[in-house]
Amino acid sequence: MMNPLIPLFVAVPLAGAFLTMILGKFFRNLNKYIGLLVLLFLAVISFYSIITTSGNVSTYRVGGWEPVNGIPIGIYMVMDSLAAILLCIINTIGVLALFYSFSYISQYTSENYFYSLFSLMVAGMNGVVLSGDLFNIFVFLEVAAISSYALVAFGVEREQLEATFKYQVLGGLASLLILFGIGFIYWKAKTLNIADIRAALGTTSERTHYLMVQMLLLAGFGLKAAIIPFHAWLPDAHSSAPSPISAMLSGVLIKAAGIYVIIRLFFNMFIISEEIAILITTLGALSMAVGVFLAIGQWDIKRLLAYHSISQMGYVVMSAGIGMILIARGTRPEVASLAIAGGLFHLINHAAFKSLLFLNAGAIEYRVGTRNLKEMGGLSEFMPVTSSTSFAASMAISGIPPFNGFFSKLIIIIAAVMAKFYLLALLAVIVSIITLASFMKFQRYAFHNKEMHNNETKPKEVPFPMVFSMVTLGLLCLLLSLMVLPQLRDLILKPATDILMNSQMYISPILGM
Amino acid sequence: MIVYLLCFILFLTGLYGVITRRNLVKIVISLSIMEFSLFLFLALIGYVHGGTVPIVDPANPDVKYVDPLPQAMVLTAIVIGLATTAMLMSVIIRIYRKYKTLDIREIKNLRG
Amino acid sequence: MKGMTLIVKKTTQLISGIVFLYGIYVIVHGHLTPGGGFAGGVIVAGSFILLILAYGSDFMHLTREETGSTLTENLGILIALIIALAGMVTGTRVFFLNWLPHGTVGELVSAGVIPLYNIFIGIEVAASILTIFLALLIFKEEITK
Repeated sequence: MMNPLIPLFVAVPLAGAFLTMILGKFFRNLNKYIGLLVLLFLAVISFYSIITTSGNVSTYRVGGWEPVNGIPIGIYMVMDSLAAILLCIINTIGVLALFYSFSYISQYTSENYFYSLFSLMVAGMNGVVLSGDLFNIFVFLEVAAISSYALVAFGVEREQLEATFKYQVLGGLASLLILFGIGFIYWKAKTLNIADIRAALGTTSERTHYLMVQMLLLAGFGLKAAIIPFHAWLPDAHSSAPSPISAMLSGVLIKAAGIYVIIRLFFNMFIISEEIAILITTLGALSMAVGVFLAIGQWDIKRLLAYHSISQMGYVVMSAGIGMILIARGTRPEVASLAIAGGLFHLINHAAFKSLLFLNAGAIEYRVGTRNLKEMGGLSEFMPVTSSTSFAASMAISGIPPFNGFFSKLIIIIAAVMAKFYLLALLAVIVSIITLASFMKFQRYAFHNKEMHNNETKPKEVPFPMVFSMVTLGLLCLLLSLMVLPQLRDLILKPATDILMNSQMYISPILGM
Repeated sequence: MIVYLLCFILFLTGLYGVITRRNLVKIVISLSIMEFSLFLFLALIGYVHGGTVPIVDPANPDVKYVDPLPQAMVLTAIVIGLATTAMLMSVIIRIYRKYKTLDIREIKNLRG
Repeated sequence: MKGMTLIVKKTTQLISGIVFLYGIYVIVHGHLTPGGGFAGGVIVAGSFILLILAYGSDFMHLTREETGSTLTENLGILIALIIALAGMVTGTRVFFLNWLPHGTVGELVSAGVIPLYNIFIGIEVAASILTIFLALLIFKEEITK
């Protein structure tokens, strides 16, 4: 069952990055088109993979090392439905953000490095999602993280440099905690393959040792995913980066390198205990509440959007935690399945509408030149496309039908009520209402406040590449709400939920062959 | 058991340095000390009692070797640590060019 | 930047060739003795950095050398990736396959494609550490101008 497409997801963007550096020195405009070609190819094969992988797990043994005595040696790359969903998200938003940056990056000087680092970051994130080996996750995580440090550092103003330094020190600390956890796991389990560790964990009785490992890994990946109380770097770093990079960071990197790894390790590798599940649910609920309360008083557009990222990621973590609590108690598996499906659906939706919001903020900054909400107004008659797509994204994040945010938040709230966590469901509804209020403020001050700004320099609409990316993401926000229909749900969401709840489906293709 | 405890003490020393030092270069050096404690910990994990260097000698092939996998992990992690330190150093040079000082209390501009 | 005194210059002239040869020895014997691509590459870069520090050079030379070392670095890693991908078209069609004949244990020409990886990774690591050093030096020169 060796799927030959799997190593292409990592090898093609790596080759594209290094080719861009070489050829970009000789030919002026070639670096844009190499990057666009590489990401378009990746987006096409990721859509092909999600259609053909529904329920079956395909593996790839790098280097061709056969298992010896039933023990898997060598590095494994595994693609199942959850990995296929995340690959689609990474590559689609990657190609749209790259197309947006054709006209946005022309205001910076070193374009060559930008396109090369972008391809490297996509290669790193693809590697994290596809890896079946614990240390390989760490290596690709570092590749993606170091590329993102360099991309955030593109501006040279005072606040941007301070934000970059804080982001790098905290990111380095997170990587060290993760490496510490991997060292402890190797000490007792003597293997690094995820499926093999699960098989070894089933026959051991060292509970305190693995409790410390789970704490370390939760702290390390929580720092990468910006859960409370590890959120201090996110508002500075996401508001100081150039706008397509903010869209990639907030829309993809905190999901692929943070939330995905937590979900994969805690469902498929560790045996869930109820204390850890209650801790994760509490952290998710706190992120929801604290994120949205800190976002109310913001007047800078991108800081507002960054705080809302913390809040929406809290939704995903809380619903995954509810699923974990129900699995640990062993009761009502259908409610656990519903909670995990709601969390995954919200992950996909958040990638779409948060990237669209950051691209809108970039378009506003490109034409008006400021990010402060008090200094702009009445933009809806000069920038119609930006205004309408921003309206669609604001409705989606607040949970208004018929946009996609409504359906995913509804599934999470229904799952919380059916599992008798009434307080969490009430908290989710309150946070959603406060989110709606915050985005009403954003819409009014940016687009409809005609008498505040005297409009002596009438801003025009943004150029074509930016318009195309924003309109495509806006259409995706509408189309993704079709995933509630049974045919699409059984094709995409249900196999991912099944393989998370039933770890035997993940282990037997790897250890059995 | 006592060697693992010493690795942990070195890690805590580096963490103390990251939190309390004021000079930017000292923060980066403390981050490096934390990394080195992790490399020591990883290399100590693979020790087998009575084992020798894991290089295959065609003369006597049946000897007990120490575990070579953590040594490969440490090699990779050293290179990753080098890349992180190089990135931090270039950001520090840019900060020095803008602010004309390397004191971390002077560059706290972002609030809220 | 200014160079150093005459004693340092003469000593560097004698030593740097030996350091370069030692670095190449560590790279090529990577499958027999400890070392390999990373460690040997750092030693080779060390010999170049020694020469630059002892003799000094002005700003124009530094920027031209940085262009050359960036190009070498990217070419090195691209050829290593092409060797890894070439495993997908020969033999059992796997990424990173060891597709040259293996030979006997302990010889210099043995172990398939591993010495080739070591050589190209060694070139790449040497060029990349030289690039980091030159980039930081160019930053410092721009500040003090």
